[in-house]
Amino acid sequence: MLSLIESKATKLETYYKPEDLKKFGNIGEFDKPLADKFFEWYGEVFKEGALTAREKSLIALAVAHTVQCPYCIDAYSNDTLQKGCTEEQMMEAIHVAAAIRGGSSLVHGVQMMNHTKKVMM
Amino acid sequence: MKSLRAEGHALSDSAVQLEQLHQGGIESFADKLSTLGLFPLKPTRIDVFQVNVGKMCNQTCAHCHVDAGPDRKEIMSRATFQQCLEILAIHDIPTVDLTGGAPEMNPEFRWFVEELAKLKKHIIVRCNLTIINANAKYHDLPSFFAQNGVEVISSLPHFTAMRTDRQRGEGVFERSIDALKRLNAEGYGIEGTGRMLHLVYNPTGAILPGSQTELENLYRAELMRQHGISFNHLYVITNMPISRFLNFLLMTGNYARYMNQLFDAFNPGAASNVMCRNTLSIGWDGSIYDCDFNQMLDLKVASKSNHISSFNLEELSGRNICVDQHCYGCTAGSGSSCGGQTA
Repeated sequence: MLSLIESKATKLETYYKPEDLKKFGNIGEFDKPLADKFFEWYGEVFKEGALTAREKSLIALAVAHTVQCPYCIDAYSNDTLQKGCTEEQMMEAIHVAAAIRGGSSLVHGVQMMNHTKKVMM
Repeated sequence: MKSLRAEGHALSDSAVQLEQLHQGGIESFADKLSTLGLFPLKPTRIDVFQVNVGKMCNQTCAHCHVDAGPDRKEIMSRATFQQCLEILAIHDIPTVDLTGGAPEMNPEFRWFVEELAKLKKHIIVRCNLTIINANAKYHDLPSFFAQNGVEVISSLPHFTAMRTDRQRGEGVFERSIDALKRLNAEGYGIEGTGRMLHLVYNPTGAILPGSQTELENLYRAELMRQHGISFNHLYVITNMPISRFLNFLLMTGNYARYMNQLFDAFNPGAASNVMCRNTLSIGWDGSIYDCDFNQMLDLKVASKSNHISSFNLEELSGRNICVDQHCYGCTAGSGSSCGGQTA
């Protein structure tokens, strides 16, 4: 019986739980001084500056896709919507991230070509 | 699209809505106010007499808390309007806020506005814009508003057609833009004319609104750039989890998440500035409520004076305001009211 329950529980386990996003602030439980510094800095970064808060939110959405963080994708999908961004703007931002990500692989093709040309007759 | 009432939907029953709002294990709003020393919630002073002149509307918006639409026939009678005028003539309540439905569809609307102008009241009309071009008999509404010194407040949930039409119906954005141009042509929203035109943003979905200042700047730039349209202010309003928006939340599996968002974003500053503290809301049949949302949930004021036929301002000013779980909608983030953010 126990193994059945355990197996069911294992099936339901996931690494990412949506409710964990709300617990982000709890990272201070294991190291408060560093967490406090991080959250203070994080707050400053996203304030209106030379870039608008809306532009920063779109950048964050794009980066969230590059680092493939489900928490960040949920959070910044909401945030960009709240800031009045359109679906087109959000998708264009993700294409920018994807283009850089794809381009960064392809540009290493030059390194492959350099190596190949060096070693081959 | 039919109203929930016409469909015979369970949520057209306010008792079913209230029962649903009590599910989800969120701390009671009354307890939350108690922790701030704000319970029972009391009025400050009555500045706004908001009259919901009826549920009839030319639109059937997907989020409507009134469940208004062309199939709703409940509208205020001339006798009830007359009772409102008698109250307003003898009490120092400066602002009269007319809402619906589409208030202009009530046959007594123009007469009532003219009578209010004679009483020198500050008149607000919540105009859905598309009524202006719905029929030739409404085309002169902008000049009628101007002649009577009416302040116009109109919903435009986004500056793109896609998002506006998803909430308010196919083609509504284009017709709203046309109506806004007609209002601008009459001087509404144009600096220096004194003719006030405010827009209302509310999210097209299960999210909270962003900053009112940021969205106002964005709207101002985009509406001018794309359509040459001006307006005075943008009011940012949170969608209340009642009626059609509650149905949307339940149908899309967003209910628990949305209620938790409202709860997590509870702002004590917004709680002390909620609009029910300076407003009375009158229903089409003359019943008195604390706000238009309580009206749609059939939560009458907790006072013997719960109908305009027994109106007693002193008694109403001392009443305890009825609160329930939907009130988290007015206290989330920067707060929400018929006049936008409150904190």
